[in-house]
Amino acid sequence: MIFRMGAALMSLLGVFVSAYLYLYKIGRIGTLACGSGSCETVQASPWSRFAGVEVALIGVVGYAVLFAVALLALQPPLAARRWPADLLTALAALGVLFTAYLTWLELFIIHAVCRWCVGSAAIIVSVLVLALLARRGAPEPRAT
Amino acid sequence: MAESAGGLKRFYIILGVVVVGGLGVLGYLLSKPATVSIPANVTIQPSDTAGFRGYIKGSDSAPVEITEYADYQCPFCQTFATLQMPTIEERLVKTGRLRWRYRDFPLQQHPFARLAAHSAACAEEQGKYWPQHDRIYEGQSEWASASDAAGIFRRYAGEIGLDLGRYDACMSSGKYAGRIQASYEEGVRAGVTSTPTLLVGGRLYQGRFDSDAIGRLVDSLAPRTASTQ
Repeated sequence: MIFRMGAALMSLLGVFVSAYLYLYKIGRIGTLACGSGSCETVQASPWSRFAGVEVALIGVVGYAVLFAVALLALQPPLAARRWPADLLTALAALGVLFTAYLTWLELFIIHAVCRWCVGSAAIIVSVLVLALLARRGAPEPRAT
Repeated sequence: MAESAGGLKRFYIILGVVVVGGLGVLGYLLSKPATVSIPANVTIQPSDTAGFRGYIKGSDSAPVEITEYADYQCPFCQTFATLQMPTIEERLVKTGRLRWRYRDFPLQQHPFARLAAHSAACAEEQGKYWPQHDRIYEGQSEWASASDAAGIFRRYAGEIGLDLGRYDACMSSGKYAGRIQASYEEGVRAGVTSTPTLLVGGRLYQGRFDSDAIGRLVDSLAPRTASTQ
């Protein structure tokens, strides 16, 4: 239960971090609190879009989905079931893979590392770890 | 079960605090006036420079071309742009003897130089590069020491009749950061170290210039014919 709660809380943080980056990207927030120009470099690069969609927006939607699944997994009928934890793990793993790709772009193509992206990477990894722990604590599926 | 319900209740309270806090921070940031900065350490893409060789004034068939490397926040560039350039344009560019090519060379010590260059690039999207270029130079003393130069450039953009929605989207995208950096790097490769620097026929001229000196230079490179007297 506690791990599912943790995953929900971290996903919610991810929603806010991504929303912050997205609001900057669409010009609603002037400057990023970054400490260096690296965040702007990353945001201004062609790789700030993926398949024509702002990466930050993908983050907002992705974390919102994770948050919704984690919340659902806490509800009494589902709290004792394992499959919500499995779904959470699968979605978080997908997020980690996407984050790994974005981090590779930052390090080897854009040559700038945005601290907010590092923060988001830490969040998605923590969601995956919590989801895995939630999966371990959940009862095995019953044989039919 | 009761313990679990109590734990869930505490969790929802924490969640509520995070939601209120997060929305509060985002709301505060949205309520602040937007300022924009243009990064220098961008990775230049082929698309940044494709087909772009500076901002051009004058005829393609003009016998002489001068490339100016300039910085919007440099005082000498400002003097040159506002005092000498109108005469040069009148006597040499409009008469078809000279083609002027402007290239950005934002110096590191000028914090708003790239922002200014980007503002002008965004104006070019709407076919108003030169009006914004001139307006930025004219207003240099106003914005050079301001805390929000972006807001002043935006005001200029409104004054010259730009669609501010498109302008804002262009500025916040930072899409011309690579082009500006490419222009700077080309200047460095050509040997430019200060602004304004003129590149004429492969030779660099640095320092202060006046319209008469430019006129003599053009005369020496392309002597007037009877028709251009």
